[in-house]
Formats: sequence, C-alpha cells, structure tokens
Amino acid sequence: MNTSSNDAAFVEFERVQKSYDGEALVVKDLNLSLPKGEFLTMLGPSGSGKTTCLMMLAGFETATHGDIRLDGKSINNIPPHKRGIGMVFQNYALFPHMTVAENLSFPLEVRKIGKSEREEKVKRALDMVQMGDFAGRRPAQLSGGQQQRIALSRALVFEPELVLMDEPLGALDKQLRETLQFEITNLAHDLGITTVYVTHDQTEALTMSDRVAVFDDGRIQQLAPPDQLYEAPENSFVAQFIGENNTLEGVVKEINNDRALVQLDGGGLIDAKPVNVSKVGERTRVSIRPERVEYNKDRLSADAHTLNAEVLEFIYMGDIFRTRLRVAGRDDFVIKTRNAPDQVRLKPGQQIEIGWLAEDCRALDA
Amino acid sequence: MTDNTANTASDGPMLAADGTTLKSSLNRALRRQKLRALMLIAPLLIFVLLTFIAPIADMLFRSVENQIVSETLPRTTAALADWDATGDTAPPEPVFKDLYEDMFIAKERKLHTRLGSRLNYELTGVSSLFRKSGRKVEDMGEVYQDQFEDLNKFWKKGENWNVLMGTSSWLAAQNAWDKASKTAQPTLEIKPEIAALLPQTAQMFTLFAEFVQVDENDNLAKEDPWAIVYSALYDDLTAGANVAGYSGEGAAELQEAAAAVSSFETVDFTAAFTKIDKDWASVDVWRTLQVYSPEFTAGYFLNAVDMQKTIDGPEMRPENEQLYLKLFVRTLFMSLVITGSCILLGYPVGFILANLPARTANLLMILVLLPFWTSLLVRTSAWKVMLQQQGVVNDTLVWLGVVADDSRLALINNQTGTIIAMTHILLPFMILPLYSVMKTIPPSYLRAAKSLGATNWTAFWRVYFPQSVPGIGAGSILVFILSIGYYITPEIVGGTTGTFISNRIAYHISSSLNWGLAAALGAILLAVVLGLYWAYDRIVGIDNVKLGG
Ligand SMILES: Nc1ncnc2c1ncn2[C@@H]1O[C@H](COP(=O)(O)OP(=O)(O)OP(=O)(O)O)[C@@H](O)[C@H]1O
Ligand SMILES: [Mg+2]
Repeated sequence: MNTSSNDAAFVEFERVQKSYDGEALVVKDLNLSLPKGEFLTMLGPSGSGKTTCLMMLAGFETATHGDIRLDGKSINNIPPHKRGIGMVFQNYALFPHMTVAENLSFPLEVRKIGKSEREEKVKRALDMVQMGDFAGRRPAQLSGGQQQRIALSRALVFEPELVLMDEPLGALDKQLRETLQFEITNLAHDLGITTVYVTHDQTEALTMSDRVAVFDDGRIQQLAPPDQLYEAPENSFVAQFIGENNTLEGVVKEINNDRALVQLDGGGLIDAKPVNVSKVGERTRVSIRPERVEYNKDRLSADAHTLNAEVLEFIYMGDIFRTRLRVAGRDDFVIKTRNAPDQVRLKPGQQIEIGWLAEDCRALDA
Repeated sequence: MTDNTANTASDGPMLAADGTTLKSSLNRALRRQKLRALMLIAPLLIFVLLTFIAPIADMLFRSVENQIVSETLPRTTAALADWDATGDTAPPEPVFKDLYEDMFIAKERKLHTRLGSRLNYELTGVSSLFRKSGRKVEDMGEVYQDQFEDLNKFWKKGENWNVLMGTSSWLAAQNAWDKASKTAQPTLEIKPEIAALLPQTAQMFTLFAEFVQVDENDNLAKEDPWAIVYSALYDDLTAGANVAGYSGEGAAELQEAAAAVSSFETVDFTAAFTKIDKDWASVDVWRTLQVYSPEFTAGYFLNAVDMQKTIDGPEMRPENEQLYLKLFVRTLFMSLVITGSCILLGYPVGFILANLPARTANLLMILVLLPFWTSLLVRTSAWKVMLQQQGVVNDTLVWLGVVADDSRLALINNQTGTIIAMTHILLPFMILPLYSVMKTIPPSYLRAAKSLGATNWTAFWRVYFPQSVPGIGAGSILVFILSIGYYITPEIVGGTTGTFISNRIAYHISSSLNWGLAAALGAILLAVVLGLYWAYDRIVGIDNVKLGG
C-alpha cells in the first residue's frame, strides 16, 4: 500500500466532544491524529468513552462538537455506509441467516461488484484467515474463534483503508486471544491498513499497537508507543493503569533540571525524575516499576538515596520472583527480580535497603 | 488453524460399567424420568383429551354419520337396495308395504318427523311428506284388523293375543304383574311353535309388546295390538302357514282365520301412499331414500362443497343453490387480507416497540394490549358506530371534503367492515410475536450492515427483515387461523357479504339444527387449516416460527 503519505494525518479528531444526554460529556475535548497504516489502540477502563469514539468515527453517533476528518475530508455529515470503514464488533455481528460466504459477499454485493470477482475476493479473504473450508457454514456452526476470524475477514473483504475493532477478542480464552492478536497485527501490517482497536486489556494493547491512546474520563491521558507508555507514563493514571507500579506520595523538597528530591509522607528521601512537578513544595506521587527497584547496594550509585524496607512476602513465580515489602509505611510495595542463578531469594522478615536510578522513578501529579 | 475436533470413535457400541450397552442403560435411566414427567402432565392430558380431542372426534363422526335412515326405516332401506333407481318408476308394492310397517312403527315411536327433517336437507318437501304420511298411516292397515275382528271377537282382545302368542309361564307371570308394584314387566316370550308358524306376526307382535312394555310401560294384557300385527297375520296366513299342525291355545280361531283370509279385502299400499301424497309415486323421494340408506354418508361433505348425491354419483348443485364454496373462498381470501393488513400495520409498531427504550416501550405495549382488556363485543359494536354511513369516519371524511355528503362510503355490513374490524381486533396477535422476535435482534446487525456499505434500506431488507420473518410467520399463523374461524365480528359488522363460513356453521348448529352439515363444514375448515399449516411447514419451515427469543 501507499506509504508516501505516512506522516500526513489519515484520521483526525479535532476538539471532539460528545454528550448523550445533554448533561454529562462522555468524550471531552478529544484530539487525535493518526497516519496511514498505523495500528492505534484505545485503552481505558470501562465507561471511559472508547466505544463512543469508535462509533463517532464509524458514523453511528454524531459528535456534539468538533470535527472528525478522514483523509483530510470532514466526515461529520457522511452517513456510515458511505464512509468505507471496516468494522469488527465485539459480538462479531455475523448475519445469522447467511452462510459465511454470503456474509463476506454482502459488502461486495452492496457495492455492485460482479459475481465472479466477488467469489474470488471472498475466497481470498477466507484464505487470508485460514477459513477457506468454512464458506458454506452458518455462523452458529462456528466456534467463537472461527466466528472472530470470519468477522475480521468480512471487515477486510471490501478492502477498506481504515478498520475499527471494538474489543474483538473480549469473548475468547487467553490462548486463542494471543494467537489472534498476533494474526490481526500481522494482517493489518501486511495489508497496510490503518487500524483503530479498542480494548481494556493492557497486554493486548501493548503487544499489538504502534501507538496506544490511554483513555480516562473522556480524555486521552497519554498517546504514545507501548514502550514509552510503560517506561515514561506522563501522569499517575497512566502509570497506575499500565503494568504493575509502585506509588509513593510525598512533597518535592529540592528540584533542579532532571533531578527532584522528594520527601515521602511515610518518611525517607528519594531521588526522582520530575515529570509533572516544577516547584519546591508541590505534592507529588512518585512511580517506580517493580523490576527497576534494586536492593543490591553494589549496583547503586554511591550518592543514591535509599529506603529501608522489610520483606513481607516472597512469591516464587517461575521466571521471576515477586517480593512484597513494607516501605515508607506502605505494605504494597512490590519488587520483581529475574530468576537468575546468582539471584538472592529474600526471606520474610528480612530488613533490606532499596534504591533505584533517579530516571526510573518518575515524580508525577498528585 | 482450523479447530480440529479429534474423533476417537472406536468400533462397536459403547459399553457401560456393568457391561450392558451404554444405550440401554441410558434408556433405563431415562425411562423413570419420562414416567414421572408423564404422570405430572397426566391431568392436563386427560383434560385435553376430554375437552378437545373428544369433541373434534365427535364432530368428525357426526359429519359422516347417517344411521337415522336405516334405523328408522330398516325394512324399507333393505328392500330398496335391490331397486333400480335409474328407472323412472317408483319401487314395487312390497317396498311400499315395508314402508308402511316402518312408518307405522316410527309414527308410534314418534321418530318419523325427525327423519323427515333429516331428509329434508337433501330433498326439500320430505319433512312435510313424512309428517303427513305419519298422520294417515295408522288408518291404512286397519282394513285387515277390521276383517279379523269381524270374523271373530277373539282377535279384538289384547289378552287373547297374549294367550295365542306367549308361553304359558310368561303368561302366568304377566297376569300376576301389578303396575303399581313398580317392578319391571315380564318380557314377552313367544311360543316357539307360533314363531315357526307365523314368523311375521311373531316379529311384529314382539315389536308391539316391546313398545308397550318398555317404552310406554302399559300392561300388555290391556292393550290391543297394532294394525300392522293384523296385516302381518294376514301375510303369514296367505303365505300358506300350516295352521292345521298347530294345536295350542287359539288353534281353532287360527284355523278359522286361515280359511277366511283368501276372501279378505286386500290393501294396495302403493295406492294408499300415493293417495296421501303423490310425491310417493315420484322417484325423487325414493332415490333420496336409497342414496341415504347407508349408515355412513358423504352427503354432508358434498353438501358442504355445494355438491349433491344423485344416482349418477356426486355432481354440482345448480348455480343458484351454491353457497358454501363461495363462503369458503371468501373466508380464506378475507383471512389473507386481514393477515396482510395486520402485517402491514403491525410490523412498524413491533419495530418501534423493539427499538424504543424500555420505559416507553412498556407504555406503548400497554396501549397495544389495551384492547385485550375490553370486551370483544364492545369493540366490535364500537366499530359499528364508527363506520356507519352517519358515523364518525364518514363524518370526518365529509368534513374534510374527501367524499361528498351524498356519496358517503359504505364501510359497514360488508367486507370492508369485517376487514377493518377484524384487523383491529387481531392486530395484537401480530404485534406480540413480532415484538418478541425483533427484541432479540441486536442493533449491532444493522450497524454492521451499514458499516459494510449497505444503505438504510438494504440493511433493513437484507439483514433485519430476514431475521424478523419468524415473527411474521408466527403472527401470520396466529392471525390467519384465528380469523378463519372468527364468528362474532363478521356476524355483527359483516352484513351479508362480509360473513364467514363460521357464521354459516353457527347458523346450522343453532337455527337449522343440521349438525351433520355444520360438522362437515367444520371438518373441512379444520382440514384447510391443517393443509395450510403443512404447506407453511414445507415452504417456510415450522422451526422458523418464533413466538419469542
Ligand atoms: N447510547 C448511550 N446513551 C447514553 N449513554 C451512553 C450510551 N452509550 C454509552 N453511554 C455512556 O457513555 C459512557 C462511555 O461509554 P462507552 O461505551 O464509550 O464506554 P467504553 O469505554 O466503550 O466502555 P467499555 O470498555 O465498558 O466498553 C458510559 O458512561 C456510558 O454509560
Ligand atoms: Mg465499549
């Protein structure tokens, strides 16, 4: 597919707002732009407005304010069937009275494509998802995973440039989900399709996407590639929401360029990277990933601040050890260490000192 | 990447733990469950059998049953079997004699008018013919009675007959019997030698005795025999009964009578009946009698499809007597129209109900159900008020200038009236199944169709509509079957052109009392419904009928 316009925005939300009842805003000031070919995931807790955004893009809901553009053209007044957007629904929405082949040929029929071409495209689309042998079946005669594949190939059979998927794997078991995640991303990339994918499973979001938009409270909290999202959350909601995270609250005591000294509420001083703090005396929440916590003093720099901790629980998880500590008056501080031959196994009751690199610890909003 | 269900079928049937086949041990386990289930539904089953199956079976039986003719006129129908009905002459004298005997007995038992009304369905005029003949038949055979009585006073008295005919043991018991004692009369026992000597007399006397003793409970000793007993005696004697060989009671009188009968004045029954009514000389009456003498007849059914039995087999009735076929066609046609208008009116309502928020939908549903809470009669009568020439609808149309005041529409007492009123009354039966089926169609299907590029109409027609067809099917079957048998509404608003076959059935049940024809019409209606049901199953498939999710 055409990749020359890769950085020009293909889908754009500009200051979009949506209210269903005229009282509460479900989507507040949404700004989003994604280039052609990108796989973007909308991730967020239930009720955060992900489906609503998708429905506005597909044309089933109208934005109460703002502009949605597709390939540079505003689509606010284009009816859904003219938008040419492929869509995969959470419950698949395969037409139960049609066979698999008829389901797939439906979008081609309404586009008045000739019979032979139709059949060829249907066959190609089915082969693409390894479902070529199931053309004559009814959706009810398929397993959940098979239905999901058919729904996917139906959304792709008319070669849309944009495909929307609303929690397409929500109803499947873990193993099948992982296989399909892989298949969907591969397909999307092979065909060069722009994809907007909705999920509230963060692993899914992180493994599949080029970029992830974290939704909360009707806003995008952060829009970034998965690694940045994990390693450099921009606020404490994202830090909490993505992956496991340790949070400590405190007040900024000193601040210079890229280093902040935080006085914790539970006692103790730590180094952190200022992200959302700028002044001394501001309240902050510092966030540190469990696997970035170090308790081996030799590996910390000499001037690093450390905290005293008591081991509460040691959990053996095979590839990693998960240890729960009491730190600065909190019982829920978790560290993860790799199960390496030289790794120390901590015992409950043991007193240790923990620390980290200042850039791994982010001082975020309170 | 296909989901492969590995099939590990081994050879031979599966065995359960105790070595019996799995199938038989499963059956054993299920049997007790089934039995318990059967016992739970037994009361209802019996109720249904008694109140539903039995009446239908009875109706089907009545539609072919015709025993009344052969029961009332047993001798005549037997004799008529040999009569050639294709000729143009009435049957010969012996048949008339049999008719005399049958008629006499029927008249005594007061059964002849019933048979007359029955046969009147087939040939008009038979009813009055039978009534008239019944009145006069008693006098007909008295010629013989008078001659026997003139010959010897012996024949006048019932007790003498008893002595002649009955065994002595019976006679003693009969004489000892007292009516006041309220015990049953001892049943007449004919002397074997008399039964052999005078077979016809014995038969007639037995009938007479049975009538007196059982039907009337009068003392047989005090009753004088029927005239047909005398004519039977005349027949026996003229047939050459060997009275000389008889030596019991009354032997002398018998011998005297046997000598005298040859000079008796005889009765010409053909002439006698023809004198009562010359219809007896026409073949029509006799043909009808012959055609309807079997115990079962297709006559009601033929009647119900405007045909009649003739000697050449069934044929259509004359044009001006045809009625039922037209009514059947009209009933089917109007039921179809009503079903169609129910679909047209009910579909959008069902759609809206299914797609509104629950609160509003419930409110509207109450409006849909409201008619159920009003009497059917009231609703139908309301239509009468609405639709008449000076009614609300016409007034409004005139006021709007749609129709002129002097050409108000005839909306009632015709087919239009029936269709309007019945569509209104049956509409809920269409809306409810439609609603419950539409309720189960997720809105995501329509969205999916639109996202695939279908316009609103295509999405509705290709995706939504096919899924709502089971609802249409269920509603249509309900409405159609209900309307095909509807009675009250067409009766009130239908006038003459808007009535259904059921109105005719009701007429035959309550007014003309021709239950056989009513049963035949009902049976045809039942067959039509079953036939349509079968056709529906073949075309649409009965699994495609859904009354709900
Ligand atoms: N048709 C509607 N009418 C009124 N409110 C609605 C409607 N659809 C959604 N909402 C409200 O809008 C908010 C956002 O809903 P939305 O479906 O977009 O959430 P979501 O992020 O997709 O959640 P989930 O992960 O559970 O699917 C919710 O509070 C919901 O109650
Ligand atoms: Mg959702």
